[in-house]
Parts: sequence; structure tokens; C-alpha cells
Amino acid sequence: MAEAISIARHIERRFSVLASLKRSVSVVVANLALPLSGILAFLILWPIAARNIDTSLGQFPSPAAVWEQFGSLYAEHKSERLKEKAFYVRQEERNAERMAEDPTYEPGIRAYTGKETFLDQIGTSLVTVMLGFSLATAIAVPFGIAIGLSRALNASVNPIIQVLKPISPLAWLPLVTMVVSAMYAAPHPSVPKSFIISMITVALCCLWPMVINTSVGVASIDKDFVNVSRVLNLSAVSHVFRIVIPASIPMIFTGMRLSIGIAWMVLIAAEMLAQNPGLGKFVWDEFQNGSSESLSRILAAAIVIGFIGFLLDRGMLLIQRFVSWDKASAAR
Amino acid sequence: MHSLKSCTVCPGFLLGTTARVLACLFLLPLPAVAGDLGWPEKDELTIGFIKLTDMAPIAIAYENGYFEEEGLYVTIESQANWKVLLDGVIDGRLDGAHMLAGQPLAAAIGFGTEAHIITPLSMDLNGNGITVSNDVWKEMKPHVPKMDDGRPVHPIGAGALKPVVDRYRAAGKPFRMGMVFPVSTHNYELRYWLAAGGIHPGYYAPHKGDISGQTGADALLSVTPPPQMPATLEAGTIHGYCVGEPWNQQAVFKGIGVPVITDYEIWKDNPEKVFGLAHEFAEKYPNTTIRLTRALIRAAMWLDENDNANRPAAVKILSQSNYVGADYDVIANSMTGTFEYEKGDKREVPDFNVFFRSDATYPYYSDAVWYLTQMRRWGQIESDKPDEWYKEIAAKVYRPDIYAAAAKSLVEEGLADPSVFPDFDSETGFKPPQSEFIDGIVYDGTKPNAYIEQFTIGLKQGDLL
Repeated sequence: MAEAISIARHIERRFSVLASLKRSVSVVVANLALPLSGILAFLILWPIAARNIDTSLGQFPSPAAVWEQFGSLYAEHKSERLKEKAFYVRQEERNAERMAEDPTYEPGIRAYTGKETFLDQIGTSLVTVMLGFSLATAIAVPFGIAIGLSRALNASVNPIIQVLKPISPLAWLPLVTMVVSAMYAAPHPSVPKSFIISMITVALCCLWPMVINTSVGVASIDKDFVNVSRVLNLSAVSHVFRIVIPASIPMIFTGMRLSIGIAWMVLIAAEMLAQNPGLGKFVWDEFQNGSSESLSRILAAAIVIGFIGFLLDRGMLLIQRFVSWDKASAAR
Repeated sequence: MHSLKSCTVCPGFLLGTTARVLACLFLLPLPAVAGDLGWPEKDELTIGFIKLTDMAPIAIAYENGYFEEEGLYVTIESQANWKVLLDGVIDGRLDGAHMLAGQPLAAAIGFGTEAHIITPLSMDLNGNGITVSNDVWKEMKPHVPKMDDGRPVHPIGAGALKPVVDRYRAAGKPFRMGMVFPVSTHNYELRYWLAAGGIHPGYYAPHKGDISGQTGADALLSVTPPPQMPATLEAGTIHGYCVGEPWNQQAVFKGIGVPVITDYEIWKDNPEKVFGLAHEFAEKYPNTTIRLTRALIRAAMWLDENDNANRPAAVKILSQSNYVGADYDVIANSMTGTFEYEKGDKREVPDFNVFFRSDATYPYYSDAVWYLTQMRRWGQIESDKPDEWYKEIAAKVYRPDIYAAAAKSLVEEGLADPSVFPDFDSETGFKPPQSEFIDGIVYDGTKPNAYIEQFTIGLKQGDLL
């Protein structure tokens, strides 16, 4: 009898080991093997399709051509940095010469006048989107909370929100350009008009998901929480900061994740038209150039744009997991 | 640069007196004096350009260090289109720009935005071409006389295009052509060529609010920015265009169109682009303006040096993506003296782009007056003006005094030979009568109204739409 039991336990352990092995294999397959095979299939189909597309700017670029362009963009970045060093050296020499001649001269260091490289443009785009998104958050979240808390305010403001929400950034741009040109007439060299225009356009277009999601989140917090606040006689400010906001964080962050995705897309379009020196301008300039490498470079930029958008989304997700009480909603 | 401070004052004084007398005659602002050129007042500048081969002097002045040698730290920015560029100069975002010769003049007369823009330097001569789509060329070709080897005889007049335009109109389809800006050299050259072949390009009627320029037109002309022209031709939105290089050769390379004539053949050595600055800028920063002109003159000299020996190096610079960006081979053609018409039909056009030879950089009043006469011819200037008015506007915008100051200071430093410049003491600013036009009509800049009367198609004295 004891032997039978021990054999049974032995078999059970074997099965459970097998079962957990099976689970591990399925986890690996789901998280690694399947995505990898998807990417591989894409990389195999891409050059086959590309060979059959002949545009007036040359054949549609294959992965090899795009990879080559990544290399050349990086090489251009390095050579531009060398030119920058030489520029400052020349400037020092010139200033020294002039000071020797004219002791009253106060030398200034002029900023490098060369072109921005691809990596510089990535940096500019990231800074612009972050600032635009922060501006939108600063406006949208308080506004959303106010709308969520007051049904009257919601009813009066809702039609306006619904009409402003679908307006494309390309329609906002001329308006924003005119207003910024009028109000920011003497631009400071480190904050050019095009930067302000792109930033405001991004903010205008990406604040709507945050407003709506915040207001829905606030309006649908558990009645129990509201009752607790009433029982404890919390002041309005305490109610908002200790009950409302923590309770609606999952929804607020959902809105923020949607918004950052929209902000990144809008940014590229806004940069193209406002000529802010970021990735959008890079794509537009390459298109204007129409050289035989233009398509490859545009595709390289598109891949970088997509990848950065992915990273921004994942970043927002990480922050959400850290801050939110509802871990389940942050799983996707 | 240091030797300038010890120059004698005498020649400066003489120049100043003559200039002041002339200034009273032409109501000019007080011109700059080259005798004692100081440091630039404003040394961080932004210069705008459009992606065209003839922005070369600006690129060369930067890459060869001429700007830096003048103490100027220049950021060069490409602009989206001519309107953005013009607005940039007017509102101060740009300190100076590569401009169409007609833009400062149109701004002076108030066609489009009104502003006082001056130009101390002409950037180049020639450099444009007219391209038609493959289909239009196929229909045109039978009407073009051929040489013994079967190739078309050049120059091809618009008379060969007229039957094609008539057929389109008879079929009810509008015949559309593109040019880069309503006051661009391309617009006036295209209209000149069409009118010489008997095709009416349309009138403007700004006093009636009609600025489309298509009143009474056989061929409808509209605006497209230069880099987008080949794409627009390919899409079929337009059937031909007039634009500067490299966009004509680009069409041949990509197999989407055929250039039929260059503006060198329409008017030999015609003025093309100028370097434009706001009048307030030049008044506030006279040294900076003269130094900018000096650097650009040096760049222009380098481009034409030794029989165009430096052109390949210049093309390498221009093909960088932050300048023109088109492929080296596409830009190289016109810059090195050949022009490809039909695919495979390459002809020698050594002076397709002229930057310094033939006094290309001197801002002649007669060039300004020609543009004004064409503006009157097509109705952008809606009523008759006396000859004096033409000359006054030209003198308000074109500033040979600044050019002379810059040139003289270059000669004094030994950077240029005095023989390459016109004789400043005797130069009136009006070239002798020019006859090398495709229709043979003679242009005398001192008699603009008489010139306007000579055209078959175009507004005449007393005409008001």
C-alpha cells in the first residue's frame, strides 16, 4: 500500500514537473519565439515586396539599404561633431587676434552655426514632445477632475470638447502660427518660434483623451469612497487629493498613455510644417531633396519614429504600474 | 582686415560726395562709404535660401570660410517656399536671403506684402529651364524643325507648343503650367516665351482683386514650390513648368519630363537671383551689410574662377542634404556647362549658371526696370506709370553703392583685381540696349514705356483691365 502511494506520488511529481515544463515552454513561445518569428517573416517579405516597387526616386529601399543609411547618418553625426570642434578652435583664435589688436573688445562665444545631425533632431523631437505633453497634462488633468466632479460643468463644456477634439493638427497649425507670431514677436535665440508652435500644437491635440478619461475616471469612482469622505467630513481639497485622485489614477494614466501616442504622431506632422528642427523636418527635407538615398533615409527615420513611440508608450506603462493601485489595468 | 583701418580718407570722401549728389537726384538714403570699414555690428546672422543650385554663393561663402573671415557667424536655413522666405526677411526672422529678382521690387510697389527690401548684389545670371511632360513633348516634337541628325533645332520656340495648347482647349481640358512665384523670374520668362509663340499666358487684375493671373489665358499658370515641381508634373496636375536647376535635369533623370528651352536662350545673360535684405537692417548695420556683400562676391569669384575649375567641388558641397540635397550627377550637369534636353540629347551650354563673369554680381538698374516692365505687361502694375517712376523704384531697391563699397574694399585688400569690376565712376547702372531675346525685340532700360509698346501680347499704354 505504501509502495503504491509512493509510486503514485512519484508519478504525480513527474507530471507536475512535466506540467511546469510545459508552462515554461509556452511562456517562452509566447514572449520570445512567436514575436521573433513574426519579425523574421516581416524582414523576409519586405525585400521581396521592395524589389517589385519602382518609384521615380529609385527602387523602394530594402532592409539592407535602410541599415546602410543608419550607418551613414551616424557617420555624418560624428563628422559634424568634428567640424564643430574645429569651429570653436577657429573662433578662439579669431577672438585672441582681435583682443590683441583692440584690448577693449569683449569676446563672445558664438554658438556653432552648422546643421543639426539626425541624433540632434531626435533630441529636439523628444524635448518638444515632452514639453507639449507636460503642458497638456497640466491643463487636462485639473480640467478633467473639475468636469468629473461637477455634472453641471460637464454638461455645459461637453459639446465644446466634442467639437474641438477631432480637429486635426494640420488645421490648428496656421492658427497657432499666427497667434504665436503676434504674441512672441521677439524670439529668444534658444527658444525659436517654431519650437513654441510645435509644442502648443502638440498640447492642443493630445489633451482631449486625458480630459475625457480623467473626467470619466473621476465620475465613476466607487460610491464607497465618496461616502468615506463624507463621513470623515473631508474638506474639498482633501477630498480631491486623498480620495478622488488616487481612486482615478488608472483612468488618468490610461488617458495619458493614449495622449502620449497621439502627441508623438502629431509632433511629426507639426514639425514638418512648422519647420521645428526635429524628425518631422528631417523627413520633409529628405523628401524635398529627392536624392537617390532619400527614400532609404525617410524609411530609417520612420523606423526610429516608430521605435521611439513604442518606448514612450512602454515608459508611460512603467510609470503607471509604479503609481497605480490597480495593477491589473496596467498589465496590457 | 586689419589694413582697412589705415586706409586714406580721400577716395572715400570723393565717393561720398558723388554718392550724395546722386542720392539727392534719386532720393536715395545716404550710401555706405568704404574708406574705413569697421567690424560688423551684428555678427550672428541667419540667412535663408530655397533648394536651388544658384544658392551656391551662400553655401560656398560658408564652407570656404569667407563669412567667418568677415567676422560673421552665419546659420544657413532652407525655407519651405518663397512666401515663407519673403515673410522671414520682412519680419526679421531671417537677416538676409537668396531671393527672386522680382521679390524686392514687388514688395516695393506693394504687390503682395509691402515692405522696403534692398539688394546690394545679384547672385547669378541664367539658370532656369522650361520642362514639359513626356506626353506634351510627344505632341510638340513633330512641330519642331530638326537638324540633319534628327535632333531638334534649338532654341525651341513656343510656336511648337501652340498647336498642343489649342488641341487641349478644343477638347475642353485646361493646359496648366507651373512657375515658382507670381513675381519670379520664372513667371516672366515663361510668359515671355509663351507670348513669343502666340500663346496668351493670362493677365493679373489686382485692382479688381484678381491675383491668379489667369484672365484671358490660353495656358493657365499657377504656383508650385521648386522641389515639388517634378512630383507635380508626374502626378499630371501640371503639363509643364519653368523652374531653376536642378529640377529640370531631375525630370530628365527620373524620366518624367523633357526640358525644351533654357532661359539663356530666351534672354542671354538674364538676371536671376539677388541677395535681399530689409532696408532697416542695412541702415542699422551698414558694416555688416558690406561685409556680407564682400563674402558673397568672393564666393561668386571662386565659383567662376579658372574657367569654372572649382565647379565640381561646389557641386559636392551643394549635394549635401542641408543645401540642395539632390544627387551629385543631377546638379553637376548644369553647373559644369552641359544641359540634357531629351534623354540622351546633351548639349553644351557653358554659361548656364554664371555667378561672377559678365558682371553677374553688379545690381544693374536696367535689370530691375525689365522686371517692372514685365509686371506692367501682365497687369501686376495695373495702370501706366511714367518712365521716371520705373527708375525711381529701381533706385530704391537696387543698391549699387553698397556693392561698390564692398568691391572697392576687396580691391584695397588685394583680394580682387580692379579689372574684374565695372568702372564705378562711370557706371550709370543701365546696360546698353540688349537684343539677344528669343523674339528679337530690343530692350533699352532707359525707355521702359517704349519697350512695353513693342509686344504683340501684353497690356499697352492706356490699357486698364
